Amino acid sequence: MAIDRRQFLQGAAAAGVGVAYSGLGFGQSAEPVRLGLLTVKTGPLASGGIDMERGLELYLKERGGMMAGRKIEVIVADTGGSPATALTKTQELVERNKVHVLTGPLAAFEALAIDDYVRTQKIPILSVAAAEDMTQRKANPWFVRATSTSAQCAHVMGHYCATVLKYKKMIVIADDIAYGQEMNAGFQRVFEENGGKVIQKLFPPLTAPDYGSFIAQLKTDADAIFLGFAGSNGFRFVRQFNEYGMSGKMKIVGGMTALDESVLRNMGDEALGLLTVCWYSAELNNPINVKFAPAFRKIYGYDPGFYAAATYVNGDVLNAALTAVGGNAGNKDALMAALKKTSVQTARGPVKFDTYGNVVGNVYVRRVERKDGRLVNAVVETYPDVSQFWKYDAKQFLANPVYSRDWPPAKNLQ
Amino acid sequence: MQFWQIQTLNSFALGGLLFLLSSGFALIFGLMRIANLTHGALFMLGAYVAVSAMRAGFGLALAALIAALAVAAVGGLIERLVLRRLSGNAQGQVLATLGLSFIASDFCLIVWGGDTIPIQTPAMFQAPLRLFGLIFPTYRLVVVGIAIVVGVVLYLLMERTRLGAMIRAGVDDMQMARAVGIRASALFTIVFCLGALLAGLGGAVGGPIFSAYPGLDSDMLSLALIVVILGGIGSLVGTFVASFIIGFIYTFGTALLPDLAYVILFLPMVIVIAFRPTGLFGTIKT
Repeated sequence: MAIDRRQFLQGAAAAGVGVAYSGLGFGQSAEPVRLGLLTVKTGPLASGGIDMERGLELYLKERGGMMAGRKIEVIVADTGGSPATALTKTQELVERNKVHVLTGPLAAFEALAIDDYVRTQKIPILSVAAAEDMTQRKANPWFVRATSTSAQCAHVMGHYCATVLKYKKMIVIADDIAYGQEMNAGFQRVFEENGGKVIQKLFPPLTAPDYGSFIAQLKTDADAIFLGFAGSNGFRFVRQFNEYGMSGKMKIVGGMTALDESVLRNMGDEALGLLTVCWYSAELNNPINVKFAPAFRKIYGYDPGFYAAATYVNGDVLNAALTAVGGNAGNKDALMAALKKTSVQTARGPVKFDTYGNVVGNVYVRRVERKDGRLVNAVVETYPDVSQFWKYDAKQFLANPVYSRDWPPAKNLQ
Repeated sequence: MQFWQIQTLNSFALGGLLFLLSSGFALIFGLMRIANLTHGALFMLGAYVAVSAMRAGFGLALAALIAALAVAAVGGLIERLVLRRLSGNAQGQVLATLGLSFIASDFCLIVWGGDTIPIQTPAMFQAPLRLFGLIFPTYRLVVVGIAIVVGVVLYLLMERTRLGAMIRAGVDDMQMARAVGIRASALFTIVFCLGALLAGLGGAVGGPIFSAYPGLDSDMLSLALIVVILGGIGSLVGTFVASFIIGFIYTFGTALLPDLAYVILFLPMVIVIAFRPTGLFGTIKT
């Protein structure tokens, strides 16, 4: 059996601590809790994936590698951002490394690829990926998601744009993938129900080489444009938007991955003043984050964003659940039940879950500002306890089709 | 209608970028008969080297020159150390270039990290150009200019110099060229370096528009393939014309039928392969 170096070292450390603690009377902690991290360390998604690993690493380091009195052994698997590899790596983590619990994966299509396997193996998984139906119409009983569905934060921005910013006409644009479509659909629904009109919907391919041809067709009578982009596409769009002289013609607002901290650190003044919405900001002023964000910045030299915060928050959720079951990760049903019942303070604020395993938590409207020389997402408004169903009744919400390019239908296109 | 005028300019800008991207690919494909699948990676490497050069304080023009030369050197190494050993085995060479492209992209990830790194547009081209009520990014027009200059230089090189004559002879009939005393091995190295040089230059010049990011390699490789197959293998003029055709098709296609962006991009290539396997201007079947 091949053991990689990292795993060996962690195993060795765990054994050492185990011995030490059994001497102190914690005999039960002899076997560590094995936590599998599904992340992406190679390829285009690697930036977020590496942050996921760093967030978790920092969480455990601060606690001496322990949760609920048990040593935590982390086994990191690189999915390469491919669904097929995500599945093989999950199988490897479960069958070879015998993990008790998983966290990750990063992308929605990876989560969908391992959905069936996780169900049959009954492995609790603290997801990061946003795919709506994983906690809705096809809710996986082994999933908890402490981050956000695709549209959870976009609902908030729809409300904010219509009621606070008083925008009347807006354009929505996002990558042509389920994530972008779901996000824009959620935005459109709430924005239009609060009196706004979406007059144009655009979905450039995920790997569009250039946004020039999309920018040239934007309807210039719109008040603002909502960006549902992921990764670096948001910032590429903003730059080209300015190059085409559009910056004075309409405002820009963005979804939870449009101007993430990981992207901001490579941007300049063009980002100043832009509003985005997310369940996290490195600027959050809660007792956990005021320690986490500076600690992360001190080690890695940049602010934690969506992905680093995701695994750090998952750390607190898992810690609380493990404590509730007395550190016994072997009983998967009990651990899963404890995960769903978790109600805990985290770096994003308080986290609890609905019956579908999705978080009910704060969502923040943020404005890009310059602070100590670097760009930050300063929080301008907090929407407390936002559910994935926004203010809708869950049953009615689920009776509708899942958000997509065509649902809800856009009736105000020009 | 502003829309049509701006989209026309967009088409030219994209066409210029595509020519910078695919001219080197076309050169190598024409002479050596192998699809150099490291081409996208070399393009990306050019962008990243330009990033480092600009961080060291050079302007974009100098950074592009450094990137072009550095990538040309890498190309020379690839040809001498790897492809040379596989000569005569075209399939092996293509697979080797594919493997090298994976290695190159992971190398870039290790050295430059996973973040998208923007490349600053030179200050004098940052303000949009205002002309007859149109607003257009100045740098894109500069790119078209660079593409045309590169095209003319390459054309003169191929048609008016001894090296060009040797390359053309090699493209038409390698065995015959050898028989009349052309040193094929030196020619291969030169052409591979030249192709890599163009890729590195393209990566640096395209940098302010595309940025440098992991995945740039594969995004670009497929575009280069489309252009070269449409234009015809071994034809510089074909590559030039095809770049602008694809620039127009893609720009207007995505503007008018955004849902079919990829269909519009790849359909011309499929049609060409099916009905005119030599491409628009080529003489060699794909």
